[in-house]
Amino acid sequence: MAMHALHKIMAAKSGQTAVAPGDIVTCAVDVAGINDIYLMVVHAFRAMGGKRVMRPERVAIFMDHNAPSPSVQGAENQKAFREFAARYGIGHVFEINEGICHQLLPEAGLVKPGDIVVITDSHTTTHGAFGAFGTGVGSTDMAVILLEGSLWLRAPEIVNVKLAGKLRPGVMAKDAALFILGKLGTDFANYKAIEFSGAIVRALPAEERMVLCNMAVEMGAKTTYIAPDDTTIAYLRQYSDKPFAIPATDADFVYEKIYEFDLSGLEPQVALPASVDNVKPVKEALGTPIDQVFIGSCTGGKFTDIEAAAKYLRGKKVARGTRLVVTMASKATLGKAIAAGHYQTLLAAGAAITVPGCAACYGGHSGLLGAGERCATTSNRNFPGRMGDESSALYLVSPLTAAATAVAGKLTHPDYE
Amino acid sequence: MAIRSKAVVLRQNNVSTDQIWPGKYVNISDPGEMAAHVLEGADKTLRDRFKTVGRILVTGSSFGCGSSREQAVISLLQAGVKAVVASSVGRIWYRNAINLALPVLICPGAVDKIAEGDEIAVDLEAGTVTLAGGQVLKGQPVGEFVFNIIKSGGIKQLMRQKHAGEEAK
Ligand code: SF4
Repeated sequence: MAMHALHKIMAAKSGQTAVAPGDIVTCAVDVAGINDIYLMVVHAFRAMGGKRVMRPERVAIFMDHNAPSPSVQGAENQKAFREFAARYGIGHVFEINEGICHQLLPEAGLVKPGDIVVITDSHTTTHGAFGAFGTGVGSTDMAVILLEGSLWLRAPEIVNVKLAGKLRPGVMAKDAALFILGKLGTDFANYKAIEFSGAIVRALPAEERMVLCNMAVEMGAKTTYIAPDDTTIAYLRQYSDKPFAIPATDADFVYEKIYEFDLSGLEPQVALPASVDNVKPVKEALGTPIDQVFIGSCTGGKFTDIEAAAKYLRGKKVARGTRLVVTMASKATLGKAIAAGHYQTLLAAGAAITVPGCAACYGGHSGLLGAGERCATTSNRNFPGRMGDESSALYLVSPLTAAATAVAGKLTHPDYE
Repeated sequence: MAIRSKAVVLRQNNVSTDQIWPGKYVNISDPGEMAAHVLEGADKTLRDRFKTVGRILVTGSSFGCGSSREQAVISLLQAGVKAVVASSVGRIWYRNAINLALPVLICPGAVDKIAEGDEIAVDLEAGTVTLAGGQVLKGQPVGEFVFNIIKSGGIKQLMRQKHAGEEAK
């Protein structure tokens, strides 16, 4: 039977010869990641009578959401995690200075093609960009992994989203992801895996591919896949020389469905409040006044995002009455941004640059919104109340649209100036 | 195993975990404090309706989409919800519900046929919801694997039995 690379990964990790969609198999987990807001993992581990962690060297704890802690409760939770890590010999503790879990995994050399990556964060689908099976789970599932080193998973049906053509200059992976959401909605891939392929995907740098896989969870996807190529390998090899084998999809594998888009003429897109599939070309929302611009998160705070924004902002100023908050995805991103002069550019333009981490993205801290405020953001969700008061409104955009919007003080993109 | 109660109907799609359990409360991990904020971002009257009207939440598509926060299930349990009937649900939320033994029936369109306060019965194994007048709506039966977890009272119980007697390390 013809198998997809993701099914081959599941088979290899569950000791089966073949895995087909719908099969429930128990897979060994290569990386088990816990974020600092999910102390419930520890509670659940105790409630299960846990006395030792199976393969603690594969477990990572990320102090990323509350970095550094904005509240006493957050600090207490992080303290409890540090104690847990010391007691059970947890392999990796990423401290409050390091950044967001999804950016840290490749940078720490912890993800490679063929791996199964499970993190308590829903955007773990991101790791499909590296040829890994990445999926998010809740605290109880994570406690099971701590106990067993493995997790039951249902093998997903696989849909192929093919992006043909060539993106115009100034149009980014975020625009492509928003466009797909606008066309296909938030549940077309529910419980399924999305493979992204086509000329546009091949041409994207690794960090832009991460955006597609990251946003796939907003399409309902359980996991994602982009067949690793030279771009993937070169990106991973910057950080690790660990050997890996690339699982290949059989030539006669049949996708459950193929969606094909030619994005050659694609214009910059925006998801209007308050749903990720409420998507329009930026052109149709030009001039919407914006109180805050947020450039950050695992979707839009990577080096490619910072670079796109900084290049536009060079010599320009954030509009009066609008504020720009920049939260980079990791310490390494920050280092690169300083070395390239982007940090200085952002600062000169009037940005408030915070500590790398999740911060405002999930409504935690460092740039929350007041009642009725509008924010253009490079993050991934615009649900009501996601970044502050329930009556605040989020407009999801690319980093370039975000930068142009910060300067104009209202929604715009360099194309429309 | 049918679950019977009156329906509380939330006619919205894409009710996210941010609305079920807003981000500002993520540091609360005491289950007791949770019922007071459940579904606050979607409709603040719901928490009282679970007390005064009924215990089965009936809602639209993509319920529970969004983040992995398990409070989005626990807060419902704490508020007294005995089952959820939805047109479709977010994947992680669904796994969390199974693990915590909150019965969820995926039944597209049920939300259009059930009114607030209707007496209904949900049968997970059969995948059906029976309306007050006897009409039966067909949804998706849960498989044996999943049903077992729910029947056992959640995965914590299963794990506790399995790992009882292990030595600390
Ligand atoms: S940046 Fe936002 S979406 Fe990404 S892991 Fe952090 S909270 Fe989740």
